[in-house]
Amino acid sequence: MLEIGLSHYLTLAAILFTLGVLGIFLNRKNVIIILMSIELMLLAVNVNLVSFSVFLGDLTGQVFTLLILTVAAAEAAIGLAILVIYFRNRGSIEVDDISMMKG
Amino acid sequence: MILQAIAFYLFAGVTVASAVMVVFARNPVHSVLFLILAFFNAAGLFVLLGAEFIAMILVIVYVGAVAVLFLFVVMMLNIDFKAMREGFVSNAPIGVIIGFILIVELLLLVGGWTIQAPAIGAIATPIPPINEVTNTEALGHVLYTKYIYLFQAAGMILLLAMVGAIVLTHRTRPGIKRQVIADQIAKGHMDTVSVQKVPSRSGV
Repeated sequence: MLEIGLSHYLTLAAILFTLGVLGIFLNRKNVIIILMSIELMLLAVNVNLVSFSVFLGDLTGQVFTLLILTVAAAEAAIGLAILVIYFRNRGSIEVDDISMMKG
Repeated sequence: MILQAIAFYLFAGVTVASAVMVVFARNPVHSVLFLILAFFNAAGLFVLLGAEFIAMILVIVYVGAVAVLFLFVVMMLNIDFKAMREGFVSNAPIGVIIGFILIVELLLLVGGWTIQAPAIGAIATPIPPINEVTNTEALGHVLYTKYIYLFQAAGMILLLAMVGAIVLTHRTRPGIKRQVIADQIAKGHMDTVSVQKVPSRSGV
């Protein structure tokens, strides 16, 4: 219990990932919360990568984490930009109506 | 050792608690603030692991940019968040069932994870001893040499995201007078000044 090892960090990441999935299921109407849940899941992945990197003694995991941070930032920026123009056109951000964006 | 355990459980506990609050908070502004708290504590965990550079990048990029972007959008859009919470209860059973299955599977998978000897042999870029090279320096050494193409690709992704976000949200509003510099420069004296023949003793 007191010896903090790899499995502690992996368990924490598993809990965070599950909370992210749960957030997507529970807040199905609110795109902003869904985006935040995706950020939580990416954070869980980052915790996994960094803990593997440290406990294995391999720097590659931390380089991967940097790339995931980049992609997450890009995803958040584009997602929120789409949200803003969607709100400008529709006056709401209901997920159920987003299918009208096609075509 | 005991100090490390205390720090781990503190950071991990606050991270999980604020992640719960991100999902369950009634007000999205509170959700964003709890997301920021979760990122801060995750950064603390990374410091505890010895990955300072990732921790600082997490604080700067996530808290400084992404979370503030979220906050900005939440406050900019005038949304009825009460209506957004419809279906929260009806979606809860399936969400909880799937979440429970997922957490059990993940814990069974990773709970007893140990690193075996063959994995040690397959290390691509070993972490140098911490008393010789700091984490940031070691990361810089591999990031700018071995992973330079990935680094450049990350830069291109950020550029693409920036251009995409600007193109998506930019709009030209009709009916607004703007300065058109080309028109100003192209204007000659013939457009503005004209010579009039004025008859004597009458005026224009």
